[in-house]
Amino acid sequence: MQEELFTSGRNIPNIDPSLQIWHWPISLYLFLGGLAAGILFFAALFYLLGKEKEYPTAVKTASIVPPIALSIGIMALVYDLTHPLYTWQLYTTFRIESPMSWGAWVLLITTPLSFLWAFSFYRESYPKTESKLKLFKKLKFLARTEHFIISNRKYIAYALIPLSIILGVYTGILLSAFNARPLWNNAILGPLFLTSGLSTGAAAIILLSKSRNERRVFSKIDLALIVIEMALIIHMIMGYYAGSQVQLEAMELLVGGEFTLMFFGFVILLGLLVPATLETIELFGFKVPVVVPAVLVIIGGLLFRFIMVEAGQLTRYLY
Amino acid sequence: MRYAMVIDTLKCVGCSDCVVACQTENNIPHGYCRDWITEAVSGSYPNLELELRSERCNHCDNAPCVRCCPTGASHIAEGGIVLVTPDKCIGCGACIESCPYDARYQHPDGYVDKCTFCYHRLKKGQLPACVSVCPTKCMYFGDLDDPNSDVSQLLKNRTYKTLAPEAGTKPHVFYLT
Amino acid sequence: MTFIIKSKQINQYICIRKTNEIMVTSRRKFIKISALGLGGLATTSAALNMFESNPILDKAVKETVAKRLSRSATYCEVCFWKCAAWIYKDEHNDIKKIIGNEQDSHCNGRLCPRGTGGIGMYSDEDRLKTPLIRTTINGEETYREASWDEALNLIASKFKDIKANYGSEAFALLKHGSPGSHLEHLFKAYGSDTIAEPAYAQCRGPRETGFGLTFGSWIGSPEPTDIRDTKCLVLIGSHLGENMHNSQVQEMSDAIDNDATLITVDPRYSTAASKSKHWLPIKPATDIALLLSWMHVLIEEDLYNKNYVEKYATGFEELKKHVKPYTPEWAYGITTIKPEDIRKTARIMAAAAPSVIIHPGRHVVWYGDDSQRSRAVAILNGLLGSWGNRGGFYFKEKISIPKYPHPHYPEPKWGWHDLGTQYPYAEMGLTTAIVDATLQADKSKYPIKAWMVAGTNLINTLPQREKTIEAINKLDFLVVVDTMPMEITGYADVVLPECTYLERYDGIRSAPNRTPSIAVRIPAVKPKYNSKPAWWISKQIAERLGLGAYFNYDDFEEVIAWQLNKLGTSLEEMKKIGVKNFPRQSGPLYLEVEQDYEFNTPSGKIELYSKELANYGFDPIPVYVPHPEPPQGFYRLNYGRSPMHTFSRTINNPYLNNLKSENTLWVNPKVARILNLKKDQEVWLKNQDDIISTFSIKVRITERIRWDSVYMYHGFGHNNKKLSRAFGKGMSDTDLISSTVIDPLMGGTGLRGNFVSILKENPHKTKEI
Repeated sequence: MQEELFTSGRNIPNIDPSLQIWHWPISLYLFLGGLAAGILFFAALFYLLGKEKEYPTAVKTASIVPPIALSIGIMALVYDLTHPLYTWQLYTTFRIESPMSWGAWVLLITTPLSFLWAFSFYRESYPKTESKLKLFKKLKFLARTEHFIISNRKYIAYALIPLSIILGVYTGILLSAFNARPLWNNAILGPLFLTSGLSTGAAAIILLSKSRNERRVFSKIDLALIVIEMALIIHMIMGYYAGSQVQLEAMELLVGGEFTLMFFGFVILLGLLVPATLETIELFGFKVPVVVPAVLVIIGGLLFRFIMVEAGQLTRYLY
Repeated sequence: MRYAMVIDTLKCVGCSDCVVACQTENNIPHGYCRDWITEAVSGSYPNLELELRSERCNHCDNAPCVRCCPTGASHIAEGGIVLVTPDKCIGCGACIESCPYDARYQHPDGYVDKCTFCYHRLKKGQLPACVSVCPTKCMYFGDLDDPNSDVSQLLKNRTYKTLAPEAGTKPHVFYLT
Repeated sequence: MTFIIKSKQINQYICIRKTNEIMVTSRRKFIKISALGLGGLATTSAALNMFESNPILDKAVKETVAKRLSRSATYCEVCFWKCAAWIYKDEHNDIKKIIGNEQDSHCNGRLCPRGTGGIGMYSDEDRLKTPLIRTTINGEETYREASWDEALNLIASKFKDIKANYGSEAFALLKHGSPGSHLEHLFKAYGSDTIAEPAYAQCRGPRETGFGLTFGSWIGSPEPTDIRDTKCLVLIGSHLGENMHNSQVQEMSDAIDNDATLITVDPRYSTAASKSKHWLPIKPATDIALLLSWMHVLIEEDLYNKNYVEKYATGFEELKKHVKPYTPEWAYGITTIKPEDIRKTARIMAAAAPSVIIHPGRHVVWYGDDSQRSRAVAILNGLLGSWGNRGGFYFKEKISIPKYPHPHYPEPKWGWHDLGTQYPYAEMGLTTAIVDATLQADKSKYPIKAWMVAGTNLINTLPQREKTIEAINKLDFLVVVDTMPMEITGYADVVLPECTYLERYDGIRSAPNRTPSIAVRIPAVKPKYNSKPAWWISKQIAERLGLGAYFNYDDFEEVIAWQLNKLGTSLEEMKKIGVKNFPRQSGPLYLEVEQDYEFNTPSGKIELYSKELANYGFDPIPVYVPHPEPPQGFYRLNYGRSPMHTFSRTINNPYLNNLKSENTLWVNPKVARILNLKKDQEVWLKNQDDIISTFSIKVRITERIRWDSVYMYHGFGHNNKKLSRAFGKGMSDTDLISSTVIDPLMGGTGLRGNFVSILKENPHKTKEI
């Protein structure tokens, strides 16, 4: 029999018996960051492709989501810091090896850009709101700013494409960079979280879209993303199988442990397979309320991040 | 200069004096500790082995905590000592997540705290508190770059191991077996 | 050869002592290094000092580490080892740390965790804060806070009442540790010699008898075991390393470095067993069989130390005849230790002799034949010639402290002597005899009607708890002096809060060692709350009894100063150095070659055969007598020390509680499988007398314990709610020790004959229904 214990009674808050360092705000942030990245990516992409007329939601209407999502995300992030008064220290340096540093800087650039992007479409997309608020009448400089942004929109879009990809990948790499947490420590997590982010972004666009054609196109995009995501998840689990003892133990949490139901039932089945099936059925011309697969994808994406953050912290190298 | 700690598991009795000495020396709040004792039993009665290890931050050469720190609060100081600057630490917890030894914790004041090899004592020419108090004298501390230091000689003449070498962190706390 | 290196880099107080040159050659090269390591530190520290200062870090360090520390001398009171130490406090008079005194042979500058965590005794917010007097409010008994004056007046009036009605002798003192000596002085001045401490009959008494009968000398404390220089250390049920008898643990580590052979006899895979080349997992309660068999091998194989035995011992022929039948094969059937292992270990001891120690142990009250077992240990040492030889037992020496002048004590009509007369070798007061005399007070000519209890938690110290409580209920008066609320304080009529050792003067520590030494205890800070030192309490009571002449000083400091002057030093000097070592006066540490030596026994020799015992009708040479074994479904209850705690006294200490806040029940995996026990499952225990543990205990499934026994650390399971950290945590083994076997020689209470069954359902719940 093997036995290993702390004989000096170590029981440090949030460390023992397993880490509880990152809580729900981190999961929420990872989800919102991915969602924002997805929407921004599609917005910039279709704008640059010159398809803003065909896909107005993706380019214009949904652009209201990323600034809100990122703002909430950042607040959640700061909320989970234990020394938040020193947050500014993030911006005194750039640590090339630290995903967190990358994330901080990417957020610092992307968030204002997302605001500018949304602002540039504000009067066009939400004329009714503006007619009530009359912001442009009250604040004269807004029109000038708007004009300036619109004339430079192309450059913002060029910037947003790589930024949104970095943002989406980073939410995964943030976790996968920790080799101390065997569940997280695999190279798939970056692309997987990016795909998942794009997928939730597409789903959000479907939800907001009023154009049947746009919804159809994004359903197809979403379906493709789900297929990729499934492939990546299978790849990830195969990676655990082929991994070391600690990774095998980590995988147990997902495939035969306390997170199995959540992971397979809610993330894989309800969050991926069911919406994929519904979207396929729709492709074949059957009527499916679009809201259903889109909502499932979004909830699945959110749960996925909660599970990964929670379960990952249960896995450790020693003890 | 490369500081290292060498701990003789054949002598350690697991009394935990190192833990208390660290707590009083470094003013660690109750309920927290920068070092701890692990007891590992293997075999079956009466063919048994028992290993007692005083564990702490391994002051790794390839320190994941330093790499992932977004502000540079976690850094490698002289002699390879991994330190945290409280005034730079935002308490994001990334370093805690990154440590395979779970050697870091959030200090109640918000910043992340861990073993410093008693940096403040080293500067005065004193040994770390845990080493200086150990009743079994099972802990050694010194400079690995100096081939004549206790630690260099012990590692030369004895068999030893580090913890979780497969994590690739290149720890600098060694256990004589 | 001891010398001191001072280095500029080293803080002037951090002197590094080089231990004796180690002569033994070894297969491990590193030994030289580690021996030199301490001396070599001078170079290390030069290397350590090469840092440039780092302003950011300096700031960080400033936050957590106190800068300007001053220190004062003390010796530790967390256990009986009494290591000399320095108390460091900062500019706000806050005690920051306690560090061992480098010059002290009890600790060599290294305290154990309890000593280092001694600050917790001072800072514990659950401390007794003010005198308490038992009172009845609305029909419910409770305590009310009282002034010292009121409490002391009440106590003094009780002293007078007892004296008037029953004689001073009827007031008993039960004590442990430093406060005891002050109160003992009070009691003797008052006319009572009815004094006892659990350290005798519940701990080390039998070994003193066993060694006294054999070598004419007590072992005493600290034990004069020359572990540092031994070639073979044999531990029998002694869990060195789990008991942190500081310098002994240090020397065991030195012995490991020196490649000495460790042999441990223990049914449990103790820490010491894990360090041993040979662990003999003996069946509990059969040690004497093993010891006799070892003697058999040594004599039959002609391996014993012939010159030594011839010169210094008597009764060899009787011993030879006696152990003839005790072959290893005979012992195998009893001890379950293989004959070849018995022979092998006997030969190892013989090869190492006389540098071999069969350790006398410390807590040796096991099965009631403990004096005889200790005698067997002593005889084995005698056969090997270890007494008085390097690497065996050295000749200890201590300084006698001059008595501060006081009037003669009155002669008590009776005292502890008279309570234990059926035990001819009871050489100190027996706590259990005091309990019995209290219970018999109405019929006995030695009626005990009042107790003062100081520094010992009798409820968790004495076996047969119900009997202790019954005795307490018969008392007219019980006063308890302690620093912490304990179980015993809950039974007191008056509770007096003593200040901790960090806040008071106490007597000069003088203990037997290789070289005699003294250490002083100087208060580092003023007493916290409304607590007072024991010397002050004693003096105050004495003055109220008209015995002020016995306490002819205002402050105990005067006594120490006077004594130190007589010893050729001064309080001033001692405040600076803490410990003073004196040269030996009594001759060399070991026997010289062919030296004539008279042992303090009737024959003047080491008595392998004791006529005295034969005359009393006891076995002149120990014999093995089988002891009861656990019945079906029961397991032998074994208990021991955790290195982080001293008895039940430190469980609430915030530092030490952090290390171990509750004990666990060690259960062999086989037993766990049979009973279907899970790790950390809460269970209750019921013993052979149907006594059920007060609290539950968590199961630890471990290979370290035999399948016929269970094991737990002693001291846990406090049921005083005032102990916020310790209350209800873990189980008290004393709960379940209702059966004792009394040692017929000296009255020790054998505690290891209790058997328990494991209950998985809460028995207290079903009771309520």
